[in-house]
Amino acid sequence: MSVYKKIMIALLMVMFMAPAAHSSQIRSQLTQESTLEQILKRGVIRVGMSTFVPWAMQNKEGEFIGFEIDVATRLAQDMGVRVEFIPTRWSGIIPALLTGKFDVIIGGMGIRPDRNLKVNFSIPYDHTGMSMVAHQEKAKGFSSLEDFNRSDVTVAARLGTTAAAAAGDFLPKASLRLFDDEAQAVQELLNGRVHAVVASAPLPAFQALMHPNRLFVPFEGTFTKEPIGFAVRKGDPDTLNFFDNWIRFVQADGWLEKRKKYWFETRDWEDQIK
Amino acid sequence: MIPSLIRKFHKVILSRNLWDIIKFLIILGIIYWIISTGSDKLNYNWQWYRVKQFLYTFDQGSFTVGPLLQGLWVTLKITFFSLFLALALGLTTSIFRLSNSMVAGLVARTYVEVIRNTPLLIQLLFNYFVLSPILGISPFMTAVLTLSLFEGAYASEIIRAGIQSIDKGQWEAAQSSGLNRMQTYFYIIIPQAYRFLVPPLTNQSVSLVKDSALVSTIAIYDLTMQGQVIISNTFLTFEIWFTVAAIYLAVALIITLVVSILEKRLQGKKVPVKTF
Repeated sequence: MSVYKKIMIALLMVMFMAPAAHSSQIRSQLTQESTLEQILKRGVIRVGMSTFVPWAMQNKEGEFIGFEIDVATRLAQDMGVRVEFIPTRWSGIIPALLTGKFDVIIGGMGIRPDRNLKVNFSIPYDHTGMSMVAHQEKAKGFSSLEDFNRSDVTVAARLGTTAAAAAGDFLPKASLRLFDDEAQAVQELLNGRVHAVVASAPLPAFQALMHPNRLFVPFEGTFTKEPIGFAVRKGDPDTLNFFDNWIRFVQADGWLEKRKKYWFETRDWEDQIK
Repeated sequence: MIPSLIRKFHKVILSRNLWDIIKFLIILGIIYWIISTGSDKLNYNWQWYRVKQFLYTFDQGSFTVGPLLQGLWVTLKITFFSLFLALALGLTTSIFRLSNSMVAGLVARTYVEVIRNTPLLIQLLFNYFVLSPILGISPFMTAVLTLSLFEGAYASEIIRAGIQSIDKGQWEAAQSSGLNRMQTYFYIIIPQAYRFLVPPLTNQSVSLVKDSALVSTIAIYDLTMQGQVIISNTFLTFEIWFTVAAIYLAVALIITLVVSILEKRLQGKKVPVKTF
């Protein structure tokens, strides 16, 4: 074996070894930099959310309550950290996640392909659908989705929500007015400026119950079905894996189902917000 | 020959203009560096090529205006109507304030103080959700009225200051030639005062363009609202906001430029003297 050959073999060995060493380095770096690790180091999970009845609302003391709030609180408890809620305008919530304002969006976010191009979603922990509430005089006799798909009809929805997208998809002929929160969209309806409001169930039904002599539910049930998931930044498999399995865990022990029933099928929480 | 060139060169180097330009370029460089490193840190995926379709599409010889330009048109319409109304309101209010009538003075005072000491956003939401259903005004008109009332209050202060800057002797001379109060205003005072008014009122109209962005909160599809809608569908956050900001900047600069050209034109002219 000549010296030359020895050098060649040594070189080849180094060339094959280096990537192996390099990749294990990258792996440990990924683990170190994952959002999960950051949360544990900080001792606080920062949750981006926005108010949606009954996912997240403020009670009389100004504290957040709701289905999402229960989910995020239990998640923090199971991780052994504190939870910090960061209320954000819904229309800007994905950019806020991407720029690191919080660790995860737990805010009833519908899993949609266009959103998924920018963020990663956990497995669904809930399903929702769109429904409608209409103005009794303006939308007199309207009883199906098709009745609203006319050029002289105006509907209101919340900017950046799946409701706004659904209104655009299902009611292409109607004109759409978009507001930054649902309260404004409902006010618009109460003022008789629009025929109907499109929003995630059960808000439209609740509104019809609250204003029985001005509003009504034109048709029962929902006209879309959407999976709801946590949204996290891309390129972070550890965090996503943890959230997925945490959802499976609370689904299996029945806790998630119980909370869902409490918030969506009972009105026991009403006196907390009034 | 050579020494004179060197002297000239020194003159240019030491002249403030060149130094200013260099400073400006340095600042631009720093801003660019901050934005580019910032977006690198965020791992933001720039997709400028997707922006053009929201401005316009040019397909097989037919030109279609995109949502951003449609929004700009709405913004310009709102600005144009509001500017006229605001100037009319401002002039009326300032005349009210300078009048001898107690009531007129009080009305004008109250209007100006209420408007100047409350946020425009709150005024807009109040007018839209509370007043306009009662009065039955369309959303577009609500926006125009709110902006006119708001800018009119500021314009009235500017106009009042301009009127008061005219020498008292002018009033006395006008009165002694038998002009009444209104005639004095329109023939004597305002023709002399308007030169002082042009620069601050230009500022006010630029403010109006920028403040009109707030009408997006009452679902009027102006430039800002169209930007928000596009972002909520495509998440091109940085690109669209940069584009929208650039369009606002261009509109504001054009207004400033047009007014400065007008001013230069007007400066050569004498105030026409009316003979009675």
